[in-house]
Amino acid sequence: MRRLAPYLLILPGGLWLAIFLVVPMVFMASVSTQEGDVVNGFVQTFNFSVYGDALVQYRTQFLRSAGYGLVATVVSVALAYPMAYWIAFKGGPRKSTYLLLVLLPFFVSFVLRTVSWKFLLADDGMLLSPLKSMGLVPGDFHVLQTTVAVIGGLVYNYLPFMILPIYVALERVDPRVVEAAQDLYAARREAFTKVVLPLSLPGVFAGVLMTFVPMTADYVNAGILGGPENTMIGNIIQTEYLVNNDYPTAAALSFTLMAAMLVGIFAYARALGTENVLEAAAR
Amino acid sequence: MTDIQAGTEAAAAASTSAQVPAIELDGVVKEYLAHGEVVQAVKGVTLTITEGEFFSLLGPSGCGKTTTMRMIAGFEDPSRGTVRLHGQDVTDVPPNKRDVNMVFQSYALFPHMNVWENVAFGLRRKKIGEAEIRRRVGEMLEIVALTGREKRRPREMSGGQQQRVALARALVNKPRALLLDEPLGALDLKLRQAMQIELKRIQREVGITFVYVTHDQSEALTMSDRIAVMNDGLVEQLASPREIYESPSTAFVAGFIGTSNLLSGTVDRIVSGSAVLKLGQEGRVLVAGDGFRVADPLAVTVRPEKITISTEEPAGDLSVVPGIVSEVVYLGLYNSYAVSLADGAEVTVFQQNALDSTSTAERGDAVWLSWQPRHSYAIGS
Repeated sequence: MRRLAPYLLILPGGLWLAIFLVVPMVFMASVSTQEGDVVNGFVQTFNFSVYGDALVQYRTQFLRSAGYGLVATVVSVALAYPMAYWIAFKGGPRKSTYLLLVLLPFFVSFVLRTVSWKFLLADDGMLLSPLKSMGLVPGDFHVLQTTVAVIGGLVYNYLPFMILPIYVALERVDPRVVEAAQDLYAARREAFTKVVLPLSLPGVFAGVLMTFVPMTADYVNAGILGGPENTMIGNIIQTEYLVNNDYPTAAALSFTLMAAMLVGIFAYARALGTENVLEAAAR
Repeated sequence: MTDIQAGTEAAAAASTSAQVPAIELDGVVKEYLAHGEVVQAVKGVTLTITEGEFFSLLGPSGCGKTTTMRMIAGFEDPSRGTVRLHGQDVTDVPPNKRDVNMVFQSYALFPHMNVWENVAFGLRRKKIGEAEIRRRVGEMLEIVALTGREKRRPREMSGGQQQRVALARALVNKPRALLLDEPLGALDLKLRQAMQIELKRIQREVGITFVYVTHDQSEALTMSDRIAVMNDGLVEQLASPREIYESPSTAFVAGFIGTSNLLSGTVDRIVSGSAVLKLGQEGRVLVAGDGFRVADPLAVTVRPEKITISTEEPAGDLSVVPGIVSEVVYLGLYNSYAVSLADGAEVTVFQQNALDSTSTAERGDAVWLSWQPRHSYAIGS
């Protein structure tokens, strides 16, 4: 009984994942190579050509998603790092309050928040119309339906997932280690680049993983804030599945996206594995 | 001749010719604002530390010793007063521009760097040539017996090894003074004793001024040339270990360093350079020295090992106090007696087990305690 205990602990979660993750994945993998339509039903024909066709057809959206994901990730790091740093080192006794504020948007629905961005940024919305009437921006100026709006939405929605892991890493940095660097002739800036930054990189690494993947696969932001020129691969999958009912293409696109993402992340982890990063920083 | 030895000789030469003190604190005060109230951690410390000296700041936690050291290092700005390093006012100089290095309480090694990189950190910041860095780091690691462990990460090392890395990391820069903040606190007793001897050896070898913060009186007594005993933000006594132990100048010092007996009474008469205190009906305490006046109240300390315990009343110019043995504890090297006096005070007496370990007296016995007048120390009132 005692030897079984550890297995019993993972049993509920394991079952959950098996039923709700593995089974649908196998099912969708099977669907991706079927042919047919909703009315007459789909038949398994092992039609692997759907993968190549889908990739060729939606190459632009794939590349756009990767590009948006990358830019949004970089912007997120740039915004999140100083915030996390400030909370960790200057937050004093109010640290948890500030963290709660970071998480506060999560108490409101993701879709609702994005829709309210749409109202806010609308061509004659509360932000743009005063600017236009003051003549500060041209009359045909718009924010919605642009790349900036979509990337802005992505950054806004996923920023807490970047702040939290960086905060956790910075919080663990012993202030005395920073003092030791200063004691050993490092100016403030050097103490940061040689000690604080390298020690917080594992947090940045985790933050990038936690935001890049969902941002690249996101469809809500492009759907609500973007225009036809900003369609991401998530929107295509959604349309193929729910509008066109082309299940094989939707499934094939999903698996292609997943494979590309896994390859990308493994390459990233290999190239920027925390150990390598730390070793480079130690010089 | 190694570079470190050359540095030693240069430092020695500098100290004999110029006699500029390594560190001077002049009326240094540190105030904090805690919950809207001003709290003084250091209430005005003035002291001078000589070049090449092993100087200890000793006191209980919260006495201000660490704050004092952090002001020397530059991590705290004094609210008032001046800090001088080698005659130069550094009160407003940031820590990275002060030629002192610190060994932190928990070592504060850089966890993402190996031993070599940790030790080379200071030299790299000073933009010293790579060949010179290699030579000096190698030499330093040899001194602290860590050669061959250059590639280890701090977390892969024992506490004693980490401690030596911290020491090497500071000393490799040849600072004008090394500040050590309870560096042995995390080590077990055996290792701590070995490191005490090791630290003293290294200090002699490199000839750098050591400022050592500790709450462990035996550590301070073992290693220091001079000790400043601190209490409540002030220096109570600044003297050599022997002087601090043998003639504590305040009741606090007497109580904090070793075991001490505190006896108080009024001066009864003055006899040839000694004051005689009457203690109860039959007791008398002789205190060597002058400046005493009859009828003055006087507190006196006497160390337990200076007291002789006997069953007969001893004769001669001694302090003699009768009492009843209330406890005898056998401690191997010596017996410890607790003796109750007539006025209810309890006196501790150590009697070495030199000849045999049978006790002179048993619990409940009436005994006489006696000691030389020079072993009574009047405490400043």
